[in-house]
Parts: sequence; structure tokens; C-alpha cells
Amino acid sequence: MIQADLNTVLPEIILAVYAMFALIAAVYTGKDKTAPLVLWATVALFVILATFIGFGTEGARTAFGGAFIDDAFSRFAKVVILLSAAAILVLSQDFMTRNDLLRFEYPILIALAVVGMMMMVSAGDLMALYMGLELQSLALYVVAALRRDSVRSTEAGLKYFVLGALSSGMLLYGASLVYGYSGTTLFSGITAAVGSGEIGLGLLFGLVFVVAGLAFKVSAAPFHMWTPDVYEGSPTPITAFFATAPKVAAMGLFARVVHDAFGGVVSDWSQVVAFLSVVSMFLGAVAAIGQRDIKRLMAYSSIAHMGFALMGLAAGTAEGVQAMLIYMAIYVVMNVGTFAFILSMEKDGQPVTDIDALQNFSKYHPGRALAMLVLMFSLAGIPPLVGFFGKLYVLQAAVDANMEWLAIAGVIASVIGAFYYLRIIYFMYFGEDRDALDAGMPPVGWVLLMGCAAIMVLGVVNLFGIEAPALAAAQALVN
Amino acid sequence: MLNSLLSTITFIPLLGAVILALFLRGEDEAAQRNAKWLGLIATTATFLVSIFLYTGFDPSNTDFQFVEEREWVLGFKYKMGVDGISILFVLLTTFLMPLVIASCWDVKHRVKDYMIAFLLLETLMIGVFCALDLILFYLFFEAGLIPMFLIIGIWGGANRIYASFKFFLYTLLGSVLMLIAMIAMYVDAGTTDIPTLLTHNFASESFDVLGIHILGGMQTLMWLAFFASFAVKMPMWPVHTWLPDAHVQAPTAGSVVLAAILLKMGGYGFLRFSLPMFPVGSEVLGTFVLWISAIAIVYTSLVALAQHDMKKLIAYSSVAHMGYVTMGIFAVNQQGIDGAIFQMISHGFISGALFLCVGVIYDRMHTREIDAYGGLVNRMPAYALIFMLFTMANVGLPGTSGFIGEFLVLMGIFQVNTWVAVIATTGVILSAAYALWLYRRVVMGDLIKESLKSITDMTGRERAIFAPLVVMTILLGVYPSLVTDIISPSVGALISHYDNALLDSGLATAVAEN
Repeated sequence: MIQADLNTVLPEIILAVYAMFALIAAVYTGKDKTAPLVLWATVALFVILATFIGFGTEGARTAFGGAFIDDAFSRFAKVVILLSAAAILVLSQDFMTRNDLLRFEYPILIALAVVGMMMMVSAGDLMALYMGLELQSLALYVVAALRRDSVRSTEAGLKYFVLGALSSGMLLYGASLVYGYSGTTLFSGITAAVGSGEIGLGLLFGLVFVVAGLAFKVSAAPFHMWTPDVYEGSPTPITAFFATAPKVAAMGLFARVVHDAFGGVVSDWSQVVAFLSVVSMFLGAVAAIGQRDIKRLMAYSSIAHMGFALMGLAAGTAEGVQAMLIYMAIYVVMNVGTFAFILSMEKDGQPVTDIDALQNFSKYHPGRALAMLVLMFSLAGIPPLVGFFGKLYVLQAAVDANMEWLAIAGVIASVIGAFYYLRIIYFMYFGEDRDALDAGMPPVGWVLLMGCAAIMVLGVVNLFGIEAPALAAAQALVN
Repeated sequence: MLNSLLSTITFIPLLGAVILALFLRGEDEAAQRNAKWLGLIATTATFLVSIFLYTGFDPSNTDFQFVEEREWVLGFKYKMGVDGISILFVLLTTFLMPLVIASCWDVKHRVKDYMIAFLLLETLMIGVFCALDLILFYLFFEAGLIPMFLIIGIWGGANRIYASFKFFLYTLLGSVLMLIAMIAMYVDAGTTDIPTLLTHNFASESFDVLGIHILGGMQTLMWLAFFASFAVKMPMWPVHTWLPDAHVQAPTAGSVVLAAILLKMGGYGFLRFSLPMFPVGSEVLGTFVLWISAIAIVYTSLVALAQHDMKKLIAYSSVAHMGYVTMGIFAVNQQGIDGAIFQMISHGFISGALFLCVGVIYDRMHTREIDAYGGLVNRMPAYALIFMLFTMANVGLPGTSGFIGEFLVLMGIFQVNTWVAVIATTGVILSAAYALWLYRRVVMGDLIKESLKSITDMTGRERAIFAPLVVMTILLGVYPSLVTDIISPSVGALISHYDNALLDSGLATAVAEN
């Protein structure tokens, strides 16, 4: 029994044990001098685990009496999380070294955060959910404040911590209500207690609080307030990390909770999720218009994108979950590429985040400008780029579920949002002459930027076959 | 090659663009020349291949021809094909693009990127007219915004930023509603295959939304969503305001493409989607379109009279001419639709040529103000002749292609709604007024302006660009069967399908009940 349990959670165990050993090893040897080694080792482990999980077992297994679920859904989410975390780590090395931020704790904290995320998407129990969530969050609070001597960075870390703790509290409160009214913390038990007809008032309260807590984590409006400040204050590679893997994990957890525990009462939560979706899309689209700082802009952009992903979830169907997963995978690729570009924005060796600095960028760096152009149009959801297909999938799921109003609201928000992506292109291509930004770009960043842009263009052929695994994942979750 | 002829035609320009992007380096004189030649070769090759399309097409067959089909994502298909309605638009595009490329021979700024943008645009435009899958159509339709946005924004005039943003956001807002309707169609019919959807009956039972009674139900709502997109693209009054801005700011070649081809996508969309797929919706709102078109013709003609900028004047004249097109389409009879398609093809040649005419003198004087010119005939006799020909064609003088289109449309509309026909006919007079007045102010009179004393007549290259356009305008004017023989059978099939669908739906009884 215990043998089978351990086998199921093997990837998580390997990663956790690795993190502890790496910590000990680094402390007792060269400390920060070992940081590059630890970083690359972590990346290698992420990639190996992603391969192992992606091509490993099939079907669904549970461990620890149902508290941990290993199914196609969790595997899909884990592969996306691991690969995006690996990409961001690789991307960050150059920046961290040059800004004297490459401490050995950094990759280890990321590894621990990833363990938490893997736990989140596999959670089959409210306690497993909370453990995963907290492990992830605590690691992220620390990395947000990694630049100890910077007021902005420590402020970001503190803000993130306080608001994160508040959201955890809300989630915990909701979880306790759910436990109180259903008598169990297991998702399968909650499903049985809820039944499929009317949901009791106590459970409904619990559900709403849990959803509010989760909305904090995916930074859906109106629980988004921390996002722009944390994005702006954190060192850029950390911002890139915030924008990718944790979002996938939180969205996966969201889907897990609403479908696994409350799958019988779709209509009760789908309205709440639809509301979150509409508000996020519009807030993300409108609030970003005034932003000059590209990191804040990306924060609002991610809020808008979360709104779209939630639209898939609001549909409450397997197609909706599939659409959400595809959307998140595409979103992560676009963000990795965009942040690879933002990391290269430097002038005289100092990072620049004002979009005004991009004036006439295309004249000096045509290749990078073109890649960024592709990514921006893709973020705006203009065909034939892959970002359009992400939107197409969620819109289709929404219309399929008789939520035409949500789809219409979504496309109108996307038109408003297109404006600020276009503005970046406008600066790069139509802007007036200014002092050029630095020419250099680390080869790794260049490869990732070009690679992500190429994926956005070439994906039009068949989306790299992501459709089938996403469908399998969705069907594993919704049945 | 014949079984993938359409893909070949569509993707040759893309191939050219990729070669340019990957293998051409530098911004020196030689690189610029190579870029232009490669652009010209790619577009000419596309045109030459598209001749096979013309020779291999069987007009008497009203089904789709040259059909290709492959699997794609989410149950959508990569499906291409042409029928009598779409084939001429493909040929129009391939015919005009080499001329467009040749017209920007003097561009010096970022030539390589310019060529890439136009080649991409050509692929996307041909794709729009060939696509036989809803989502594939949408993909080509929307993607065209990207190169056009860049063409206006990078190579445009002084106020190009405003114009490019307005163009992009305006048309995007129109199109996204169409996307929702397309998804709704997919959910309803279970397929995005256009030939299947053409025979699918969408629900047309009336219902109430928010207390408003919707006659024609789903069909009317979907018709409106498609209308939002095509009306903006067309553009129809009152959503035409992006067009004058875009035209004025765009470089000459951009204006030509915009007027000659991109605007036709709206008309094509009405014929491909609105009429056959939502006959009830079209019937419910058809009269509304007729009146809007009539207003558009008169209003924009009057606005054109008041313009100081040559390009703006021609842009408003385009809106007026597109008014005839929508009018002809929603007359839904053989003459009306034949005329509308004919008008679109002929307007492609005429408006393209007129913008090129403006480009010729703009290249020399760098102003589009009408007042800056006068008496050009004294120094530019060849130019005066060509400009006169296209001015007359724009007015609709018999013997030119402009006459046939307008005449057929007016004939069609007269059978349906006499009052609209009467109003539209006054537009012909107004168009003569603004076009001839423009010609008089620019070309006639004495050459008194000092700055014009040294202006030179058209070069050999410029004459060569105009020659094919002159030939086509006159050829179609004296031998219109060249076009009507191809389109008539398909148009006939469209109309009989439309009438049958209306009978089946029992709309007549629904109207009677209300």
C-alpha cells in the first residue's frame, strides 16, 4: 500500500529531496559560488521530471487515501509548470549574475515552489490543497523580496505576503465551512455530500470563500490588487516566473476544486466564475491603457488573460477545461517570450522598463523587434498567431455552454486590450528616433525569444498537437 | 499541381516573403533593388499561375471547383475552393499586385520590409476569397489587418499613427462579433464547412431578447453580427469614417490595395455568408440596407465635393461606389447581384488607377492638396489623358467598366424599390460633379503655379503600370460578358437558393402576423 503511494508521488519526492540536499550541499561548500551549478542542476531536473511525467504512466492513480491524484489532468499541468519554470530559470541566469542576485537559495526556492505547485494540481483533499498552496506561496514570498537592498523589492515581497496570507485565510475559512457541512475534506467525499441537486447554504458559503481565495492566487479581478505592485517591484526574472508557472498551478487547482469537489453543482459556481472572468477581462484591458511601465503592463495583461482562461472554466464542461488548459499553455509560451525580451531591455547596462525607451527599436534590432511584434499580436489574439486559437477555444466553450453574453463581453474586452499591445508595436516601429537600447542579448534569451515567436507563427499548422493531450486531461477531470 | 492550384496561388507570395526575410540582408542600393525585383517576380509568378485558374474554371458548374481539403485543429478544416462569385476576386488580386509592387519602385525607406508586408498581404487576401471553412476565412480576413496596420503606420503620412490605430481597432471591433456568430454557427450546425453551411437552415423563429421582438430570431442576430464586420470593411455609411483617414495617411501602394481589394472583402462576405446562410435575416433587414446605401451614396458624394485633399475625395467616392454594391447585393435579383460583383471588379481597377494617379503627382510635388495643382495638362499631356479616362470611368461613362456596374445595379434596384433607385440615381450626377470638378482644378487651366513649372510627365515605368488598367477598364466596358458569363450561373444558383429558403421558412406568414 505505502509502496504504491510512494510510487505515485515519486516526482514530488524526488524534487523535494533534491531541494533539501542542494541546500545542504550549497551551504557547506561554496555558497553563492555554487549558484550557477545549482541553477543548471535544477533546470535539468525539471526537464527530466517533465519528460518522465509526460511520457510516463497513463490512466489515473490516487495515493494516501485519495488525497493525492495523479491523472491526465495533473500530468498535463505539471509538464507545463515544470517546463515553464525551467525556461524562466535558464532565462534568469544572465540577469541575476549581472545584477548580483544569483544566490544559491534562488533556484532552490523555485524548486520548492514547483513542488508546491505540483502538489496543488494533484490535490484530492482540502488539506493537500492547502499544503501545496502554502508551500508554493511561502517560497514565492521570499523570492519576491530577493533583492534585499531594494525598497521596491522588499515592499513587493511584503505586500505579496500580507495579501497572500489574507487570501489563504479566506480559503481556509471556506475550507473549514465545507468540511463542517460535508463532514469530510476529501474531494470525492464532498462530491457525495453535495449531491447534484440543491447545494446547502453553508456549503455555498464555503464554496464562495474557497473560490475567492483561489481568485486571489490566479489574480482575477476584483482580487487582483497585489499583482501590478508585485510584478513591478520584483526583479524581472521573478516577475517572469510569477506570470507563468504559478498561474498555471493556481488555475489547475481552481479547476480541480470546482470540478472534482463541486462537479455536481456546476450552475452554482459557474456564475461566480463567469463574473470573475468578465471583471478580469475588462479591468485588465482598461487599466493597462495608462501604463508606461512594461512590467505593470504585463501584470494587467495577465489579469486579462486569466479572465479569458476563467471563461473556459465558467463553461463548466470538459471542452471548457480543455480550452482553459490550451489557453494556459499558450499563455505561458507567450509570456516566456515576452519576458525574454523585457529582460534584454537595457540601457548602459541598467534595466529599463519604460515602454517609451522602445522608440524606433526596430531600426536598430530588427530581429528582436519582429519577434516582439509577433508576440504582441499573439497576446492581442490576432490570427493567424497561436494566441488567437487560445481565445477561439475558450469562446467556443462559452458559446457551447449557452454563455454567449460572456463570449461577447470577452471579445469586446479583447478589442480594448488590443490597443496597448498595438502601442508597444507603435513605439517599436513607428516611433521617433531616440538613443538605442543596448544591443547585447544573452544567447539563451535570444533563443527563447525567437523560439517562442516561431511557435506562435508555426503553431497555426496544428498547434503542435496539444489538442489531444489537453482533451484527455480535461476528460480525466470532468466525468 | 492542378489539385493544389489554389494553395499554390495563395502561398507563392508567402514563399517570396519568407525568402526575403531570411536571405536578404542590408539596406544598400543593391539590396533594395533585389527586394523589389523579388517582390515583382513573386507577384508576377502568382498572376501567371492564376491564369490556370481562369482557363480551368467551368462557369456552367455552380459548385465549388479546385477544392482542396485537409484536417486542421478542433475539427476545423483547411479547405479551399472557388466558385463563380469568388474566382474573379482572386484574379483581381493577382492581377493588381504586380502593378502595386511596380508602383512603389521609388520607395527608399525600409524597402525589404515593405515588400514583405505586401507579399504577406497578398497571401492573406487571396486566402480570404478561397477559404471554404469559416475559421480559415476568419483567419485570413483578420490577419490582413497586421500587414496593413504596419504599411500605414511605418510608411504612411504625417498623421499615420492615428490612422493606423483607427483602422485596426475599428475593423477588429467589427470582426470579433462575427467571430462569435461563427462559433454559434459551429455549435448549431456542428461544422465549419462553408459548402455544408450554405445548405444548413439556421433557426429563424422569432423570439424576444430583453423585451425586444426579434423577427427572424437567430438568423437576424447572426446576420447583424456578420453585418457589423462587413459593413465596417466595406465600408458603409455611417461606419465609414476610418476609410478616409486610412487612405489619406497610407502610402500610395497601400491606398491602392485598400481601395481595390480590401474593401471588396466586405461585399464578398455579404455574398458568401449573409445572403445564402441567413436568408431570413437578409430579408428582414434588406430594406434597411438599401436605404443606408442610398443615404451613403448621396451623403458621401456631397462630402466628396467639399474635400481639399485629393486622396480624401477619392476615398469618399469609394464609399459612394460601395453604396451601389451593397444596394445591388440586397436587391437580390440577377441584375442587382451581377451588377454588384461587376461594380466591385471594375472599381478595383478604377479606384486603384485613381490612387495611382494621385501617387504620380504626389511623388513629384509631395502634396495632395488640390489647390497646389492646376494646368497640369500643359506639362503632362499623357498624365492628363490617363487621369481623364479614369475620371470618366469613375463617373460611369458608357464604354468604361464603371457604367456597366452602376447600370446593372440601378436596373436591379428599380425592380425592388423605386424610391431607393431614384435617390441612388442622383448619386450618378453628384459623382460626375465631384470627379469632373477635381479634374478641372488639377489638370485644366493655365499653368500659373511657379512650383509646377518644372514638373515632368509620366515615366516609362509609370505608363507601363497604367497600361493594363486602361486595357481592363475599356475591355470590361465594351465586352462585359467577360465577367458576367463567369458570375451569372453562380449568382443564379444563389438567388434560387435564397428564394427557396425564404419560402421554406414561412417568413411571409411571420410578417403577416406582425
